[in-house]
Amino acid sequence: MTQPVEDPEAFGLTRVGGRPPLGTYLRDVASRKDFIVSLAKYRIEAENQRKRLGMFWVVLKPLLNALVFGLVFGILMKSRRSTPDFFEFLLIGVFMFEFFSSSLGAGAKSITGNSALVQSLSFPRMALPVSVVTQKFMQLVPTLTLLLVILIGSGHLPTWNWLLMIPVLVFYYLFCNGLAFFVARMTVHVRDLTNLLPFVTRLFFYTTGIFFALDVRFEGHPKFLAIMEFQPVYAFLSLSRELLLDSDPLYDVRLQFWPIIACWSFGLLILGAIYFWAAEEQYGRVT
Amino acid sequence: MAESPEIETPETETPEVSTERKPVVVIQDLHVEYKVFATGKRATAADTTSGMFKRAKRMQTVHALKGITFTAYENDSVGIIGSNGSGKSTLMRAITGLTPATRGAVYASTRPSMLGVGAALIRDLSGQRNVMLGGLALGFSKAEIEERYDDIVDFAGMRQFIDLPMRTYSSGMTARLKFAIATIRNHEILIVDEALAVGDRQFRQRSEDRIREIRDNAGTVFLVSHSMQSIRDTCNRVIWIEKGELIMDGPTDEVVTAYENA
Repeated sequence: MTQPVEDPEAFGLTRVGGRPPLGTYLRDVASRKDFIVSLAKYRIEAENQRKRLGMFWVVLKPLLNALVFGLVFGILMKSRRSTPDFFEFLLIGVFMFEFFSSSLGAGAKSITGNSALVQSLSFPRMALPVSVVTQKFMQLVPTLTLLLVILIGSGHLPTWNWLLMIPVLVFYYLFCNGLAFFVARMTVHVRDLTNLLPFVTRLFFYTTGIFFALDVRFEGHPKFLAIMEFQPVYAFLSLSRELLLDSDPLYDVRLQFWPIIACWSFGLLILGAIYFWAAEEQYGRVT
Repeated sequence: MAESPEIETPETETPEVSTERKPVVVIQDLHVEYKVFATGKRATAADTTSGMFKRAKRMQTVHALKGITFTAYENDSVGIIGSNGSGKSTLMRAITGLTPATRGAVYASTRPSMLGVGAALIRDLSGQRNVMLGGLALGFSKAEIEERYDDIVDFAGMRQFIDLPMRTYSSGMTARLKFAIATIRNHEILIVDEALAVGDRQFRQRSEDRIREIRDNAGTVFLVSHSMQSIRDTCNRVIWIEKGELIMDGPTDEVVTAYENA
């Protein structure tokens, strides 16, 4: 009962393993925005469900993080002497960095860790890394609110510059999405990456100037500092500090950060999206 | 637990061969070869000294499918039978694109949903959340899912447990809910790979009704099963494969009888 069909494409069939054109694909992803947001929300709930303090952990975790670093670097190692408003400096750094590092770590596992979902339902896979970064972003917002309260409490009154944090966060969100696209696909090809990424994150953590000011430490090396301004995480962190604090010349806003973060965000987002899309049919494969 | 409205489907088994029908899945001379690291090999004297790095390098090629050709049309429900390891699941994965073809080609009208045995969709979330996410992933809007939510839950017969995380579900319960989610959409290719085997009798009956309904609504269903009863009850056509080769392809009764007498 099977007459061979000579030309399947004449019947509107497409070859399995092909992928839709990029434009169609991206529209398809955009149409799944409810899925992306719901998955992010449910994940946050599920993460904290089995803990007694529940949703408080969303702000408690970064706060404890900051306390430990404050204790170690601020009091024991006395790095606070050289940096004005060291605790505020540290808090902004730790909170903002957490979004980058958690997006990177969870983004890498967004495909490999959801194989049951990928193998049984048909949907554009890009929804998964976007959802992970969205989840981390939703966790960043209450943390930053807490940060603003702390800032006001310690005498930093709101300025108009605070509003500029909104575009910074939008760029940061796009940047982390682009990053997640890259690592999500790379992990599918090379699982070893999940073991490697924590070291990458740690390297960034120690070199980006979270708990010490690069500008103070490398005061005599203006060339090095100028190059560092192109390091994206440093740019995001420094610009945030400069927008939120204005107590010292150290925190004068460096306008050159704006084009830098814009280029990184759009560049990484576009390249990452293309790179992720190019392997769309390979996700969930059994090898 | 409310009974879901059973849809009465007339038992009209008419394996008509009309060229009018639209092909949905076309498979042309499909070969699949796996290259796997052979670790289950018998240890030889050399193995005890070579260590893990050397062992990992030994590759073995498994020729899982050797030239399968067939076409499935809309309104088809195709049973796939064969002994364990004959290549049934490989064939199904090739149709979804989860296993790349080594040679030959697979064409399909849409990307199919595949129900296999095993993992829950998202283990840590409740059944209710999984229904919502599954529906959204398939492209439904929130309102559409809420509208169908009661039907889905009643169909799965899971109202009592719907708020518990899926990690607490038994394999039968997981299969029920996954089946209910994946069949929200009607006009589609659905692959059921032994997923109904873990369900109880009542659910098996309900899901078989649903398969017939999908078929009647211009959908195409592939059912991999070792239960000839299920195959006879739901399929109008059966493909029998053995050792990666197509042995027989024809009307259910003919093929199943031949298989049982083999």
